[in-house]
Amino acid sequence: MAEKKKSKLKTKWNWLKSVIAVIIAGFFFAPFYIILSLSFKTRADRTSYWLFPSEPSFESYMYALDRGDIGLAIVNTLIVTVFSVVLILFLGAIAAYPLSRHKTKINKFILSCFVGVMMVPPLSVLVPIYKELVSMGGINTFWGIILITVTYNLPMSVFMFSNFISGIPKELDEAALIDGCSQFMIFPRIILPNMGPVISSVLILTGVAIWNDYSFQLYVLQKPKLKTITLAISAFFTEGSTNMPAAAAATVISVLPLAVIYICLQKYFVKGSMDSAVK
Amino acid sequence: MKNSNTDIRRFMQSDPRALTFLALPAFALFIVFVVVPIISGINISFTNWNGYSQEYSYVGFDNYRKMVSDPQVWTAFKNTLIYGFGSTLVQTVLGLAFAMLLVNRFLFRGFARTIIYLPAMVAQLIIGYIWYFIVTYERGALNDIVGLFGVAKVDWMSKGTRAVLIIMMINSIAYCGKTMIIFIAGLESIPNMYSEAASIDGANTWQSFRHITLPMLLPAMTTSLVLNIIGGLKMFGLVVAMTNGGPGYASHSLSSLINNLYFANQQAGYSAAVGMFSFVFIVLVSIVLRKYLEKKEEQYNG
Repeated sequence: MAEKKKSKLKTKWNWLKSVIAVIIAGFFFAPFYIILSLSFKTRADRTSYWLFPSEPSFESYMYALDRGDIGLAIVNTLIVTVFSVVLILFLGAIAAYPLSRHKTKINKFILSCFVGVMMVPPLSVLVPIYKELVSMGGINTFWGIILITVTYNLPMSVFMFSNFISGIPKELDEAALIDGCSQFMIFPRIILPNMGPVISSVLILTGVAIWNDYSFQLYVLQKPKLKTITLAISAFFTEGSTNMPAAAAATVISVLPLAVIYICLQKYFVKGSMDSAVK
Repeated sequence: MKNSNTDIRRFMQSDPRALTFLALPAFALFIVFVVVPIISGINISFTNWNGYSQEYSYVGFDNYRKMVSDPQVWTAFKNTLIYGFGSTLVQTVLGLAFAMLLVNRFLFRGFARTIIYLPAMVAQLIIGYIWYFIVTYERGALNDIVGLFGVAKVDWMSKGTRAVLIIMMINSIAYCGKTMIIFIAGLESIPNMYSEAASIDGANTWQSFRHITLPMLLPAMTTSLVLNIIGGLKMFGLVVAMTNGGPGYASHSLSSLINNLYFANQQAGYSAAVGMFSFVFIVLVSIVLRKYLEKKEEQYNG
């Protein structure tokens, strides 16, 4: 009886929760609303950012794509992200297998090195990395930025993969060995087919991180032709440009792809975030 | 000869130690792009290199000596602490509150979760530029609201301490969605029977939150604290976008100061020295933090 009363009381307050939730969501969406509203204004329109223009203009979007090269920046970012993520998935997965299965001294040492990398603030080593890449001829090249990006995003993937592999029963490996499978074939034949869920999580997490990277790209990609989204957007704001609607439009264009993917595949994004949290 | 060949084959086929070879590509990258730069960074920090010329000379501990008495470094260090620990405090409070609100099903719950987590998809730098339109003096969205109440416009980012606190708050608001998700996962993993048992025993809401929910959330708390503190101490893009360290050098983080010394002032040697300082500092904080939280968790579990 008391139980029933309590749950009724709970649902009774749900409308209040809904109201609070919508207000909070409104607050969080406000910054996005501001740039949307501004991006559809003309340059001459000096009304408040809060007022959505009654006749939306696409002038700023044309300007951002045409003069700001946002299209090129998206292509460049896509190249860096796709190649880096593929390498991270591959190198991370094959490294995680021995590190999680056989806790030998050397494997433990390697794993703790990787954990250490996660703490390194990129800016503290970027001057020497820049110098190193100059001597290797890797400045202003895609392979230069991809190698650096892979190195600093690998630890997270090794970490998540090895956590996941630890949860796969070791008996599977042993059975395969007895059946005559060579130990190097256990990973592709037995372990890999089970790794679907964690691969999607690592893909999303590292994909978002690389798509949004700024510090590494700032140092390695200095040619305008190679600039990525974050570099292109910062050019809009720093080079004395006064075309604020165009800057807003560029921001909208660059945020949109990831935002749309996120809203469509939300379940996986949230799961990815949760997976990374499990120690 | 033949013997050693079969030995190698046996080693590769059945000795688990051979599997370590699979980790070598990743480890090679670690050596080339983490270990080598750190060593060369230490080396550069003892020189007066300007960042581009072929010539430079060793100046001993000059850069480090300069650092100790440089107000820029101290300000950046203090700000970094605020960005790291201040943001973490706000993020934890907001994240926990939102998680408690949005853990049970009701109308618009999913909608609110989606929107709160949305900024986490956006680069720090771009978050900074988006908020620029809100806090900017001329036509700023915040000043429009302030104006409605008949108050004079405020130049929000013109004072150092205020700029630092605003950047910290923006960082917290933009990325508290991640903390919320971690806490929601934590809350969902707490079996219902605990709070039911507590309510039968007559515990009130606060008591059951304090003595059941909070301790059970400790693992979630540990991960979110580590993530947020280390993330906050690395703060870079947001500062560059909002103030570029200004006014003067008042809102620099260590990362943005390093960048500024290198690009704007061409003091690569000095910049590397500050870099080594921030590296050692953040690694120390991470290690101490992990050790402390592991001990805390053991206390509760044991």
